[in-house]
Amino acid sequence: MQIAARRADKTTIFDVTGDIDLANSPEIRKALLREIRETRTPKVVMNLTQVRYIDSSGVASLVEGLKASRDAGSRFILFGLSPAAREVLQLSRLLKIFEVYENEEQALGT
Amino acid sequence: MSGDLLLRLELRSNPNLLSVVRGAMERLTEVFGFSPPECRSVTRAVDEALTNIIRHCYRGKFDQPIDVACNRVQRRVSGLRREGLEILLSDRGPAVDPAKLRGRRLDEIKPGGLGLHFIRQSMDTVEFKRMRGINQLRLVKYMAPRKQD
Repeated sequence: MQIAARRADKTTIFDVTGDIDLANSPEIRKALLREIRETRTPKVVMNLTQVRYIDSSGVASLVEGLKASRDAGSRFILFGLSPAAREVLQLSRLLKIFEVYENEEQALGT
Repeated sequence: MSGDLLLRLELRSNPNLLSVVRGAMERLTEVFGFSPPECRSVTRAVDEALTNIIRHCYRGKFDQPIDVACNRVQRRVSGLRREGLEILLSDRGPAVDPAKLRGRRLDEIKPGGLGLHFIRQSMDTVEFKRMRGINQLRLVKYMAPRKQD
């Protein structure tokens, strides 16, 4: 798994590549919480286009990011969900809780 | 073993091996004949079960033994034969408290506790037993019924 950040104006986009599972979800959590709590970026966007699989620990990291963004009064957005990633958010009844878009253009246009 | 052995994996409790097992399960479920959503379900259940073993039974130790055995099983319901994939996951961690195998309610937005929920949603049978110092989780997913030959 690789995670890279693109920063522009008041937005940070995290481009994630590879599966998110127990081996690397702490890295996702750390990057998200640093961006939201310490850098205090108003809009944090997760590009999941290249993520084929997310496990429950990955979902937990995303939930932590969502809760931190709510506490900070910022926005936390996901886009490019694979079928497996979408299924896992549906199974956990979280798909409607997150702000989810099909692509980057839609995610940044809001 | 309770059916025809298809695949057996012996691995260590290293999270870096989870992707290896997922790769094997994706191919096995595909060859077995499950639909793509079913393949993803079974793979997810096995991945979550292994994650639970690594986190809770072995408490993050990377060098502990885990055994994964995949068997072809059958059952008959009203004259219809149903073929299924049985996965037995065994570890040598401390005994598991059955009360902790229920999973949490989903009406609260909080991280954690989702793995068991995913397993139960994905599989037709989820059974746990402890014998001779070994924890064994039995998962079964049946294929859609077809008429007896």
